[in-house]
Amino acid sequence: MSDVTTVLLAGVGGQGTILAGDVLAKVAVAAGHDVKLSEVHGMAQRGGSVDTVVRFGPQVFSSVVDPGTVDHLIAFEIIEAARKLAFVKPSGRLVVNSRNIQPLPVLTGTLSPPVGLVAALDYERAVFLDAEELACEAGSPRSANIVLMGAASVGLPFDEEAWREVISARVPPKTVDANLKAFELGRNACEGGACEA
Amino acid sequence: MSRTLMSGNEAVARGAWEAGVVVGVGYPGTPSTEVLENLVGYEGVNCQWAPNEKVAAEVAAGVSVAGARVLVTMKHVGLNVAADPLFTQAYAGVGGGLVYLVADDPSMHSSQNEQDTRNYAAAAKVPILEPSDSAEALEFVKRAFEISERYDVPVIVRTTTRISHSKSMVEVGEREERDIPEYRKDAGRFVMMPANARVRRVDLARRLNELETCVESCPENRVEMRGTELGVITSGVAYQYVREALPDASVLKLGMTFPFPEGLVREFAAKVERLAVVEELDPYLMLRVKALGIEVMETGLPQIGEYSPGLVAAAFGAPEPELREPITDLPPRPPLMCPGCPHRGVFYALHRLKAVVTGDIGCYTLGALPPLQAVDTCICMGASIGMAHGMELIGSAEKPVVAVIGDSTFAHSGLTGLLNMVYNGSKGTVMILDNRTTAMTGHQGNPVSGVTLAGDPAPAVDLEALVRAMGVPSVRMVNPHDPGEVYHVLKEEVAAEHLSVIVAKAPCALLVREKADPFAVDEDACIKCGRCINLGCPAISKDPQTSRAVIDATICVGCGLCVKVCKSDAIVPSGAACDIGGRWS
Repeated sequence: MSDVTTVLLAGVGGQGTILAGDVLAKVAVAAGHDVKLSEVHGMAQRGGSVDTVVRFGPQVFSSVVDPGTVDHLIAFEIIEAARKLAFVKPSGRLVVNSRNIQPLPVLTGTLSPPVGLVAALDYERAVFLDAEELACEAGSPRSANIVLMGAASVGLPFDEEAWREVISARVPPKTVDANLKAFELGRNACEGGACEA
Repeated sequence: MSRTLMSGNEAVARGAWEAGVVVGVGYPGTPSTEVLENLVGYEGVNCQWAPNEKVAAEVAAGVSVAGARVLVTMKHVGLNVAADPLFTQAYAGVGGGLVYLVADDPSMHSSQNEQDTRNYAAAAKVPILEPSDSAEALEFVKRAFEISERYDVPVIVRTTTRISHSKSMVEVGEREERDIPEYRKDAGRFVMMPANARVRRVDLARRLNELETCVESCPENRVEMRGTELGVITSGVAYQYVREALPDASVLKLGMTFPFPEGLVREFAAKVERLAVVEELDPYLMLRVKALGIEVMETGLPQIGEYSPGLVAAAFGAPEPELREPITDLPPRPPLMCPGCPHRGVFYALHRLKAVVTGDIGCYTLGALPPLQAVDTCICMGASIGMAHGMELIGSAEKPVVAVIGDSTFAHSGLTGLLNMVYNGSKGTVMILDNRTTAMTGHQGNPVSGVTLAGDPAPAVDLEALVRAMGVPSVRMVNPHDPGEVYHVLKEEVAAEHLSVIVAKAPCALLVREKADPFAVDEDACIKCGRCINLGCPAISKDPQTSRAVIDATICVGCGLCVKVCKSDAIVPSGAACDIGGRWS
């Protein structure tokens, strides 16, 4: 299955991983790939860890992935990046939102916040960006998910225009401009960096 | 024909529409919910939420007897509720095609158990189809309607979470419009009194006999011969894992697993040197293969939880992939009640009351988690009320017992439990948490909320009048955002020598579009008592340096619950919401 590319989007319920995964899947379909996407709804969505898997290639069987098989991890939150690291191939790429959302046991003081995550995640194929700051710059804090997809798009084999078309069709009409700007800012933040193909 | 990307649930809806379904009915339940939410968008289909799966199945039975095609949807545990009509409908047979979409949840992503619906098909003696991706979900649903009408029997289409919530490519077609024949009374088939049922039981055996022939040659059951060294019998999503993990293996892919295709299995087993069975959950196929006296490889694959390609590969001796060093000691991230959730104040009051809380199924099950940990039990839909009564009968808990149930769950199966309390002279206390929606599954309407599946207004049940009419002597209304009021009313009612129902009514926080201004902590006034921290609100945290509370203005929705629990008036309006910086570090 080496001709299948596996992308894992990891985040916290409510961060927009589902929409981002849907955009990626549609871009891959537009490029003529067989595509499978898997996500989990329901209880986990209430502020819990969530992930979406998108796989594309000539023929894709499973939508579920195992540790050591992910080519691209797009982490919407840095603790979730750390949680999912074991899923990434040793040669895989990481696009990581450097901000964190502390889980409830940390907020209530029951557990300590994790430290040193950037150092633990950092290697030549990891890129960190501040998705919220770029999203605000784009005009909508809610577009952080698309900032991250912009950053990830540099390492994925699809035309920039295909992304822009799918994003325009998929996000709420009033937010198209902000999301396209978010995509561009994310892409610019990554170009020339570690996530380049 | 055109190709498009669809989830399994979208594909089931599309297949039902193409099959000419005129009614879709069900009760929301992850991972099945989106089937009807999609089907309602198609022309020519009347889609409705029923209060529970049994009612849904009975509505479906009526549509079928009236001659039209009908889809009834539920999650696996919903079939426990709907099992009664299913088992006897198998005897009676169908008019228009009758298809049950039942979604199982291996690994219990959003469920209380992981029962395997294939056992139900065998027990109820109805055919079951197991699609392995969205394309098959669409095709199998269409076929299920043909089979239902051809063999005069309800048919189950069983999906699992990874079918329901995975997207893959499907070919969509056109709708087959069907005439609905004039209704003709047929009491011999549809009045299942013993004399008629005995006749239909024998007839069901005849129909099953025909189906046993069908499964041997139907297109849903196919042999994919590759090498002869290893053959794998599989069904559902496990097929995908087998194809990925064992590309050279021959496969007997079973799409219809009841009746069990004995001939095909024998034939396939004879063609391969080693035979294995790969199926998620119960050894449904495995036991049937072994019962034929066929030797099956021991793979050691579990009967608990979801599979994956890696799990299957490892069971067949594949080397472990090279892995990165995992980062350990990360804090877990359990799901939690949203900021502004009206349930939080109720569980705070129940925690303070030190009550034994019999809980139920919904977002409010999260009241069992830290920091409040205010729930003692959660078994099934409606169980809170029956269990509270049972605990009251024994009286061994020296604390008050309070049943806690949501509005949709109360309509689903709380009513009969409450009637039982009235009838048997209970002096217990039941809280109905009415958040105006079926929240956990994604905000579906219900008989209490006053909105239909199609989004139209419906009569909203007056819970207070309803429970009074049932004979509950004391009915109190409380504001769940005021935990002091909830606490005092609870204290009175648990002490009172009568049955009482307390309705805590406030809309789900996710339904409230206008957010109030956020609050902030006055550092000088905060006495570090931790009361607000113990609410478990994601907007409030304990500053590791100062131990004072900190409110994140980007998450706070201004519900004011923390203001009410603070004893030192340290939580104050913050004015405008600050920039994004607060939430993030």
